[in-house]
Amino acid sequence: MAATTVAHPLVRRGPLARPVAPTGLWSWITTIDHKRIGILYGTTAFMFFLLGGIEALLIRAQLARSDNTLIAAGQFNALFTMHGTTMIFLVVMPLSAAFFNYIIPLQIGARDVAFPRLNAFSYWVFLSGAILLNMGFLVGMVPDVGWFAYAPNTLKQYSPNLATDFWIVGLQVLGVGTLAAGFNFLVTIIQLRAPGMTLMRMPLFTWTTFITSILIVLAFPVLAVALIALMFDRLFGTVFFNQLGGGQPILWQHMFWVFGHPEVYILVLPAMGIVSEILPVFSRKPLFGYPFMVYAVAAIAFLSFTVWAHHMFTTGLGPIAVSFFAASTMLIAVPTGIKIFNWISTVYGGSLKLTTAALFALGFVAMFTIGGLSGVMHASPPIDTQHQDTYYVVAHFHYVLFGGAIFGLFGGIYFWFPKVFGRLLNENLGKLHWLLTFIGFNLTFGPMHFLGVDGMPRRIYTYPSNMNWDLWNLVATIGAYTLGVSVIVFIVNILSSLKNGKWAGNDPWDGMTLEWTISSPPPHYNFATIPTVHSRDPFWLQKHPELGGHELMSDHGEVTVGGEPVAEVPLPDVHEEAHVDPHSIHMPDPSYWPVVAAFGLFLAGLGVLMGGGLGDIVFYPFIIADYVSGMQYFAITGFGLFVLLVGIYGWSLEPVNG
Amino acid sequence: MSLRPAPYLRALGLGLGTAALLSTVGCQQLADPNAPMSTVFPSGSYAGMIVQLYVLIFLMAAAVFVGVEGFLVYSIIKFRRRSETDLPAQVHGNTRLEITWTLLPAVVLLIIAVPTISTIFASDTVPPTANQRITVIGHQWWWEIRYPDLNIVTANELHLPAGQTAVFDLQTADVIHAFWIPRMGGKVDAIPNRENRLWFTPEETGEFYGQCTEFCGFQHANMKHRLFVDTKEDFERWVRQQAAPAAEPMSASARRGAQAFQNGSCVACHTINGTNARGLLGPDLTHVGSRKTIAAGVLDNTAENMARWIKDTQSIKPGNKMVISPPSDAEIADIVAYLQGLK
Repeated sequence: MAATTVAHPLVRRGPLARPVAPTGLWSWITTIDHKRIGILYGTTAFMFFLLGGIEALLIRAQLARSDNTLIAAGQFNALFTMHGTTMIFLVVMPLSAAFFNYIIPLQIGARDVAFPRLNAFSYWVFLSGAILLNMGFLVGMVPDVGWFAYAPNTLKQYSPNLATDFWIVGLQVLGVGTLAAGFNFLVTIIQLRAPGMTLMRMPLFTWTTFITSILIVLAFPVLAVALIALMFDRLFGTVFFNQLGGGQPILWQHMFWVFGHPEVYILVLPAMGIVSEILPVFSRKPLFGYPFMVYAVAAIAFLSFTVWAHHMFTTGLGPIAVSFFAASTMLIAVPTGIKIFNWISTVYGGSLKLTTAALFALGFVAMFTIGGLSGVMHASPPIDTQHQDTYYVVAHFHYVLFGGAIFGLFGGIYFWFPKVFGRLLNENLGKLHWLLTFIGFNLTFGPMHFLGVDGMPRRIYTYPSNMNWDLWNLVATIGAYTLGVSVIVFIVNILSSLKNGKWAGNDPWDGMTLEWTISSPPPHYNFATIPTVHSRDPFWLQKHPELGGHELMSDHGEVTVGGEPVAEVPLPDVHEEAHVDPHSIHMPDPSYWPVVAAFGLFLAGLGVLMGGGLGDIVFYPFIIADYVSGMQYFAITGFGLFVLLVGIYGWSLEPVNG
Repeated sequence: MSLRPAPYLRALGLGLGTAALLSTVGCQQLADPNAPMSTVFPSGSYAGMIVQLYVLIFLMAAAVFVGVEGFLVYSIIKFRRRSETDLPAQVHGNTRLEITWTLLPAVVLLIIAVPTISTIFASDTVPPTANQRITVIGHQWWWEIRYPDLNIVTANELHLPAGQTAVFDLQTADVIHAFWIPRMGGKVDAIPNRENRLWFTPEETGEFYGQCTEFCGFQHANMKHRLFVDTKEDFERWVRQQAAPAAEPMSASARRGAQAFQNGSCVACHTINGTNARGLLGPDLTHVGSRKTIAAGVLDNTAENMARWIKDTQSIKPGNKMVISPPSDAEIADIVAYLQGLK
C-alpha cells in the first residue's frame, strides 16, 4: 500500500528529522495515517485471536472427558484467565478499534482523525500492554486468577508470585491506549464531520463509535483506579481489599463491575454498528427506524452504568439492592430488543442478497437474540442464584460476545475488506467459513446451557464421571475444534484474496455511505474534495435521485459550518479525483514520537514488574544482581516515565515538513 | 452471485433443523433427574421457588425466541433478492411500531419482575420455624461445618432432617467461596468479614451434591460438599454419634495408628475430640470414619483411598495445603485403621 507524502525542500535533515519514507518497515512504525493504523490494529488483534483460540482449544480438550489429565489445575486456571482477558482486551476491542480507525474518517468525510499522532500512540501502547500481559508466559508465571480477578484471591498472601502483577500492569497500560483512542474518536466525530453531516445524518456505525467512546472515557478510569489500588495492596502493603487490614474484598467487585458492565457494551456496540451498516446495503433499503436506533444505543449506554451489581447477586447485597439491579437489568433489555426488531424490519420488505457479510450480520441478530434471552433469565436474581458461576453464564456471554461481537466483526471484515485492500474476499470460501463458524459456534456453546442447568460450575479443570456432564462437554469440544477449522478457512481466504482476489472498484456492494465514493483502497488523503452532505445515506441518494427526499420529520438540521451557511458542492464523482493534484493536499507527516512515548510507557510498566520481583528473578544470574535488588528495580519505571516525557516533549515540538 | 439462494437456504434449514433436534435431545437430557447437580429437580424449598419462576420466564423467553427468530427467518426467505434492478420500497420506519415494540417488551418484563421481586424477598426472609442452624466456613479447599446448637464440628458433609427449615451462616477463613447445593436452593457467597445467610427446607430424604462455585484458587474444582437429608430418627442418631467424643481404637493396628497420629505431624492441623489432637488448619477428624467421602468430596471414603491420600495428597489434589512427608506404608495402614474406626 503506497502512501504519497510530500518531500518538501524545507525538510530538516539529520537524526531528528521528521520521517518521510512512504514504504518499508520504518514507514509502518512511524505511520500516523488512520488507515495504516487500522490495519496494524486489525492484524495484531487477529494474531491474539489465534492465541486466545488456542487457549480455548486446550481448555476444551481437557474438558472433553471426565477425570481428564491432559492439563493440570494450575495450567487450566491460567488458560481460562488468559483466554478471557485476551479475547476481551486483545481481540474484540482492538478489532473494533481497527474499524473505528479505518472507517470513521471515511464515513464522516474527513481526511484523518482529529489527533493522528495520538492515534498512533494508542496502537503502540496497545501493543505494549499486550506484550506485558503475555510476558508471564516467559517466566512461567501466567495470570491465573480469572479475567475478573476477585480479591482477596489476588492479594499477595493467596497469589504470591508475579502472575497477577502481569495481569495488573498489562491491563493498566492497555487502558491508557484505550482512553487515548476514546478521546480521539470523540473529538473526531464531534469536530471533523463533513459540511452538512449533522449528528442525525451520521451513519449508524459512526454513532455507535461515538457512544462507545463515551463509555470508554467514563468506564476505563474506574478500572485504572481499581488496578492501582490492587497494585498498591500487592506491592506496598496497603489494605484496600485486604480483610486482614480492615479492607473490603467486595469493594474490588463493585469497582471492577462498574467498569466491567459498560465494558461489555464497549465490546458489542461497535459490532451492532457494523450490522446496522451491512443489513441496509444488502437489503437495498435504509436502516429501519434510524432515530430509534440512535436513541436505543444512547439508552443502552446510559443504563449500562446502572446494572453492574447483577454480577454480584450472590454476594449478599440484601433484597432491596438486589431488586433494584434486577429491575435495571431487565430495563436494559428494552432498548436492546428495539434494535433487534429494527434490524429484522430492515430486511423485511427489502431485496436481500446473502453475501458472507450479510450472513454474519444476520447471524449476529439471531445469536444475540439467544444471548439476550438467557441474559434476561439471569436478570432474575433467584434464577441467577442457580445460574451464577455455572456454564449457563458461560453460554450466555459467549452467545453475545462471539455470536454477537465476533460475528459482527467478521461481517465487517467481509464488508470492508474490499475498501481496505482493493480486492474482494472470495465469496465461496466466505460462505464455507460462515457455515463452519455458525455450526461450530452453536455446537460449542449451545450445550453449555444444558450443562449449566445440570449444575456444572465454571472454572473447574476437571469433573467426575457420575455428574452426567460428559456428553455435552464432548459435543462442546467437537464444536470448538470445528471453530478451529473455520478459522483456518478464513485465513486461507484472506491470504489468497490478498494475492488473487477480484478487484473491487470503489463501490462493490452498491453502498450507501461516503466510504464507497472513493477508490479502493482510498488515496492517502481519502477525499480530494471534502463532500457536502445533504441527507442520511448520502451516496445512496446520489445514485438513486429518483428516491427523492431522504429526511425524516425529525431531521431539521441546517447545512452550516461554524454558524455560516455553506455553499453547496455536489458529491465528488469518482472520476473527478484523477484531476486533483495530490501535491496540493497537505496531510500530516509520519512521526516516531508516538512510538517513543509508547515505549516509555512500556518501560514504566515493565519497571513496576521488575520492582515487584521480576528483576530479581530475571537478573539473578547476572552481575547486575550484585548492585540492584528488589524495589530498586523501580528505577526502570522512573526511566520509562522519563522516556515518556521526552516522547511527549518531542511530539509537541517536532518540525512539520512543508 | 447467483439469484438462486437455494443452497444457502438449504444449509440454513439444515442448521436450524439440527439445532431443533439437539435442543429437543438436550431438553430430554435436561429432564434427566439423574444429574446429581441438576437445578431443575428441586428437593428443597428454595430450589422449588426458583424452578417455578424459571419455568415461567423460560416459557416466555421461548415464545419470544420463536417469534423473533421466526420473524427473522421469514424475512430472509420471503424477501430474498429476485431482481438486480428493482429497488424495494424505501421504508424508513414506523413510529407506531416502534412504540408498540417498546411497550410490549416492557410489559413482558413487568410480568417477570413481579414474581422475581416477591421471590427475592421470600427467599431472604428466614421463617420463624427455622430450627436447624449451621455455620459453614469455607477454606481453601474444604468446608468446615459447625452446628453451634448441637456442639457438632465436621467437615465437607452435613446432615439435615427432612421437613425442618435450616439456616446457614456462611463465612470464609481465606478467599471468597460459594456454598451451593443445587437441588436445595441457590448459592450464596462466603465473603471475608461478612456473614451471608442462606436458608431452605429440605423436602425429601436422600443424598445431595454440592460444590464451591466461586473461583477460589488452585483446587477450586475439587472443593465439594455432600448433604444427607435423613428421617427425624436417623438424624437424631447421627447427631448423637457426632456429638460424642472420638471412639477408642479397637484393634491392635488401630491402637498403633492412634499412637502414630498423636506423635506425628497430624496433630498440627487436625482435631480429634477427646485426644491431644487440636489442630485447626485442616478438617476435624473426630468422626471421619462416618463420612461418605474424604478430601472434600473427591474420594470415596474407603481404607484404600484414605491410604492413597495420606501417602501422596499432592497426586490427588495437586497444590492443596496438606503438605506432609508421609509416614511409612505400615504406619499409614495403622493410621487408616484408626481413622476408619472413628465413626
